[in-house]
Amino acid sequence: MLIASLSLPEQVVLTLAALILLSSFLLLAQVRLDSLINTFALQGLLIFFATVLMAFIAGKYHLLISAALTLFLKVFFIPGQLRLLIIRLNIRREVEVIGNPSLIMLFAAALVLFSYYVALPIRELSLLSTRNTIAISLAVVLIGMLIVISRRKAVAQVVGFMSMENGLFFAAVVSTYGMPMVVELGIAFDVLVAVILFGVFFFHIRAEIGSLDTDRLNHLTEVEK
Amino acid sequence: MNALGATLFSPLAGIFLLAFIGHRRWAKTVNLLICTATFVTALLLAIEVFQQGPILSVNKLFYIDGFNVYLILLNAFVGMTTAIFSGPYMDHEIAIGRVDDRRMRLYYSMYQGFLFTMLMALSTNNLGILWVSIEGATLATVLLVSLYRTHESIEAGWKYFIICGVGISQALFGTILVYFAAVRIIPISEEGLLWTVLQQHAGQMDAGVLSLAFVFLLVGYGTKVGLVPLHNWLPDAHSEGPTPMSAILSGLLLNIALYAVVRFKMLVDPALGSHLAGNMMMGFGMLSFSVAGLLLHRQYDVKRMFSYSSIEHMGLMTFAFGIGGPLATFGALLHMIVHSLTKSAIFITVGHATHVAGTQKMSNIRGLIRTQPFVGWGLLIGTCAIAGFPPFGVFTSEFLLFTATIKSYPWLAPPLVLGLAVAFAGLFRNLQPMVFGEPPVGQEAVVANMWPVFVHLTLVLWLGIAIPTVLAQWLNQATIMLVGKGVL
Amino acid sequence: MTGFLWAIAQTFCVVLAAPLMAGWVKWLKCRLQNRKGPPPWQPYRDLLRLSRKHVVLADTASPIFRMAPYIVFSVTILAVSTVPVITVQLPVAALADVIALVGFLALGRFFLSLAGMDVGTAFGGMGSSREVTIASLAEPALLMAFFTLAMNVSSTNLSTVICQLAQRDITLYPSLIFSSMGLILVAIAETGRIPIDNPATHLELTMIHEAIILEYSGRHLALMEWAAMLKLTLFSLLIVNVIVPWGVALTLVPGDLALAALIVTGKLLVWGMILAVSETIQAKMRLFRAPQYLGLAFILSLLGMMSHIILEV
Repeated sequence: MLIASLSLPEQVVLTLAALILLSSFLLLAQVRLDSLINTFALQGLLIFFATVLMAFIAGKYHLLISAALTLFLKVFFIPGQLRLLIIRLNIRREVEVIGNPSLIMLFAAALVLFSYYVALPIRELSLLSTRNTIAISLAVVLIGMLIVISRRKAVAQVVGFMSMENGLFFAAVVSTYGMPMVVELGIAFDVLVAVILFGVFFFHIRAEIGSLDTDRLNHLTEVEK
Repeated sequence: MNALGATLFSPLAGIFLLAFIGHRRWAKTVNLLICTATFVTALLLAIEVFQQGPILSVNKLFYIDGFNVYLILLNAFVGMTTAIFSGPYMDHEIAIGRVDDRRMRLYYSMYQGFLFTMLMALSTNNLGILWVSIEGATLATVLLVSLYRTHESIEAGWKYFIICGVGISQALFGTILVYFAAVRIIPISEEGLLWTVLQQHAGQMDAGVLSLAFVFLLVGYGTKVGLVPLHNWLPDAHSEGPTPMSAILSGLLLNIALYAVVRFKMLVDPALGSHLAGNMMMGFGMLSFSVAGLLLHRQYDVKRMFSYSSIEHMGLMTFAFGIGGPLATFGALLHMIVHSLTKSAIFITVGHATHVAGTQKMSNIRGLIRTQPFVGWGLLIGTCAIAGFPPFGVFTSEFLLFTATIKSYPWLAPPLVLGLAVAFAGLFRNLQPMVFGEPPVGQEAVVANMWPVFVHLTLVLWLGIAIPTVLAQWLNQATIMLVGKGVL
Repeated sequence: MTGFLWAIAQTFCVVLAAPLMAGWVKWLKCRLQNRKGPPPWQPYRDLLRLSRKHVVLADTASPIFRMAPYIVFSVTILAVSTVPVITVQLPVAALADVIALVGFLALGRFFLSLAGMDVGTAFGGMGSSREVTIASLAEPALLMAFFTLAMNVSSTNLSTVICQLAQRDITLYPSLIFSSMGLILVAIAETGRIPIDNPATHLELTMIHEAIILEYSGRHLALMEWAAMLKLTLFSLLIVNVIVPWGVALTLVPGDLALAALIVTGKLLVWGMILAVSETIQAKMRLFRAPQYLGLAFILSLLGMMSHIILEV
């Protein structure tokens, strides 16, 4: 489907999808924790706008509830909680060294292509005008995974994890106008609890190893030391 | 229907109750009472299902059939017996100062939380809620893994959290894809994730989407099953958490993740009309089975060793479900029960053994049978049972799926036997000195309650000799649902 | 034949106007920083002054050093001639290929770097090595941005690109948004502006372009400076005419051409303002961070291409 044949709101959704993908790349490259969290909030905001637009395009107003949930959780609560934590742990200005950033970027680009090929058979099936965005959302999920893998700081790993959740939510919105409400609520609840637990963990890790560098969590091995 | 409500309600109430009173000395009794109540109601539920057949709740949120009813019963039962064990075990941990009051409240509350999420995962009819519950089970147990707040336990907890969290996100993507395939053919989109609805339309869903979805689901829930190469969190989480936790993680959580995979396989198979899902499961299963069997030889920590044994058995079950066919499926279903009973019995015994020796290092655990004969014998018999000695139930189920393998894939039979032999050797080379060796000077017996072990092993023995009709009926029903025809 | 005349006139105008563009940005920047600043036509005076002065050559200078200013200047003029300024209907439109444009720029840079190293001073070599480092990162990003454009309109010809984009209904193309952002970032790096290079200073630790032309004097220096101003104008033209293609004349009617000339001048002035504001509000970044900056440009261009493939067709 050519983009020129879509209506303007649909074009905006596609542009937002592209921007969401960009925000994933930015998350991957951000080295400072506070900017990382701000970028994450930005991604949430973009998803919120996309969801609201989708709700009006399709006339599925239950999506507005999901959008409100996203706004609350992904834009305000989680980033707020993380900001509070890094202030309390006094690591706000901490900078992380990412090993070989350009290689990771290229790998992320390869992941986008991979998602495109994976989603190719699906997009033919969807009746939604925004079906092409399934590939984008899968890419956001996979890049989130890459963030978790490539980062050492616990906070950055959590941001990656939450960005995966963003991708999943976006996938549900653009492919099927969201999941059934009860499932959405359940997932939101899980995410909420997860964030609180992550916060608890930060303090435990800090108390034990004196920093949030998960590379130093390396005592468990297969062979006896 | 009320039995189901009660089964779910009692652990739910337990979460909140024990969050307040968990630090009292009598909290263990309350915990046990709640678990017993859950078991009794689960039993009532099972009877109800036995008499009336599958139950679908009014709001279509819960569905109990032959496949999940026996797992619910098993869950409630192992939850109860582990609660019996947990009492003296945690008393000992308090006595040696490893946990304090706040953590005991957390422990008991989350123990119930874990049981609740698992029962929820089993009884729900909504595949989205299934995901939510399994993720919930991770969240409930993650702080229990790091309960001792040592460097190792925090590391294990973090690893568990991140790996399982990331893994299970893939499963959610798979679930979204299934929903995507479903809403195209199911008129009411709100029902697009209901198992009962999906099952009726399974054949009409798009094959391409479902095969893709299954890859994500297998990787996602497979992480939770502990399939190699996604197993890294499992030995750590099992070895560093409190032993009752290891018992229910190993005995129950892994089963439920596998249950989720199998449920989805039931949807994918008719849509694909091919053996793709089965082949993937066979591959992952065989890999996990062989790798875990080999890794058993390298272990130094007794709980790590038995968690690798869990990976091995989960691999075996995945493999068996992958083969398909009534015999293998029946064997796998049976194996789910006997493995879960035996493995939790072993972990209970190991828990006492580590208290006797004061360490989890196998090189320092010696002469259990002299210091505390019950523990020594329990470990010996339990290990014999898990290694697949006749006449225990594990032998029966392994024999069934071995027969099925010879029938369908004869060339896979030699590696299967080899793998079992390797695993057997790995277990026994470590077991022998632990049980029979010379006890160190000053090693003393501890307060131990071996009743759960005795009951579990007796049940496993019983299942090895004769399977009760009720259970056989359920397993047969489940087999028919899974592969279209039964064995009876 | 008149077409060719138009083309020559157009290029001539741009070459003449280039110092004004540089002066305009500089003047605005000064005003924004609360300074009076030289008038916008100051670069003309500078060029005139330099061209009257003697050329002082180093003893070690080879013919390449003497040839380089002429080569760089003429190659830049050639590059300018390929960019459609006020109309797309010129006979040279067939020449207006983006790959050729990138090639011309690369040729100019090659001689510029050679000239920097020729005399054998430390600064020249340092400047050349920096210039080449940045170019090797910027060029892929520039090409990627151009390819995205080319895929969008199925042509690598700049005239066709601008013509097609101007005639389309208004559609939001994610790919064009991304490649425009990439193009702007590359343009800033290529023309040696803040935050990559600062044309206003001769700080030894940071300078790039200034270090290369440090040994030049007299009319040689004038040509080199003029070429740099031309390059700024060239990229400004590219940006305003590709990102905002409306206003470029699609015919050769004199009335249309006059209107187009007015519009293009207006767009250039506005772009100059944006440039001045952005240079005022940000500081120059450390040289070691330049790869990150250009990496972002590359990723943007790459995302543009991928969003074209994924979202638009």
